[in-house]
Amino acid sequence: MPVTMKNDQTLLKPLSYRATFWLVFKRDLTIAFRHKDDILNPLLFFVIVITLFPLGIGPESATLARIAPGIIWVAALLSTLLSLDRLFKSDHTDGSLEQMLLSPQPLFIIVLAKIIAHWCLTGLPLIFVAPLLAVMLNLHENSYLALMLTLLIGTPILSFLGAIGVALTVGIKKGGVLLSLLVLPLYIPVLIFATSAIDTASLNLPYDGQLAIIAALLIGSITLSPFAVSAALKVSTN
Amino acid sequence: MSTSSPILLNSHQLTCIREERILFEELSFSVCSGDIIQIEGPNGAGKTSLLRILAGLSQPYEGSVNFKGKSINDDRELYNLNLLYIGHLAGIKGEMTAQENLAFNLALSGLDHTAAEQTLSEVNLLGFEDALASHLSAGQHRRIALAKLWQSKAPIWILDEPFTAIDKNGVIKLEKLIVEHAKAGGCVILTTHQDLNINQDLYKKITLEYRFF
Repeated sequence: MPVTMKNDQTLLKPLSYRATFWLVFKRDLTIAFRHKDDILNPLLFFVIVITLFPLGIGPESATLARIAPGIIWVAALLSTLLSLDRLFKSDHTDGSLEQMLLSPQPLFIIVLAKIIAHWCLTGLPLIFVAPLLAVMLNLHENSYLALMLTLLIGTPILSFLGAIGVALTVGIKKGGVLLSLLVLPLYIPVLIFATSAIDTASLNLPYDGQLAIIAALLIGSITLSPFAVSAALKVSTN
Repeated sequence: MSTSSPILLNSHQLTCIREERILFEELSFSVCSGDIIQIEGPNGAGKTSLLRILAGLSQPYEGSVNFKGKSINDDRELYNLNLLYIGHLAGIKGEMTAQENLAFNLALSGLDHTAAEQTLSEVNLLGFEDALASHLSAGQHRRIALAKLWQSKAPIWILDEPFTAIDKNGVIKLEKLIVEHAKAGGCVILTTHQDLNINQDLYKKITLEYRFF
């Protein structure tokens, strides 16, 4: 039982998990919408990288269609990596991360809310822009649904796995290179299965298998990564 | 230390090593309800490190911190519920208004966030509720962070340099609040380089010395 000092005071009670989640989620969205660079930067990067490829490779539609899934996914991966730093860095430098670590709410929920907010701001916009860019790359018409689906269940994995890397490097002054080295290898399975699903779809074959594997990765990362992130944050602020 | 009041927090044989330098060794003390403890010492003596260890943000090299006889690592949520720590970073987001910042801080600690506006008047920030924090001064940031003290129900307050960038009237008000908190049965552990304008009998000092090895 928590100590109460004055008799008339009600016992301190931590918030419900849901209330904590929404509290942190809304805060992160508010901050991001008032600081629009953070949302636009990764999105612009994604658009620019993809538009550069047809210019560099030439307008041959067969070649472009062949490499389109890979280009879109690699661009999505790099643009997520670009935005990852934001997840904990500013909270760490201004001290709000300390307050979150010391709050009576479970860190798991706070971290989960922050990562999902990060995905809504960086992963979700990519899904809406990707089909437009796919037109430019001559993606096979059967592949559009597969592209959207793989991005929808694949990009959250990028945010969840990336968060572990950020949490580990947040205390380091120039952790950018280390972050890429830590995180990019973990992204490889998602990249392989996502592009393979899109390729399979273009041949009009079922791609449920690949989707199921990505979905399994998603479930695994949602349930496990917040624990890893919480532990990593505690080490980083030590 | 007074024997009549219950011990809230005690440190057992704390040792802290930073950059291969021993900051303090086998530091044991207890903090009872009603205590105000000022930790003093030159820059680099380990004041902030000690406070962070007491708050549970850092782990000591050796030793343990106990809350009511149990290690604080046993039940973090219970300890956090009873703790209010304000570090030397204010934890204020420039993109949010003063009121939003305070409301978030209060809600995160499980306190009534609707009282944010009224609490801001306690720290002379009335009229700045809707100003983005990035437009406010360092002292005002500090005030937003400290405003939480007026609402806090946690018995243990750990304050790292609470008076930095605060004007004279603010300091007087804060000292009054600290004394009231101690009288109500709480305890306050703080660092400051200024002398406290509090009756000598009311507070104790722990002095850390700068060690070269």
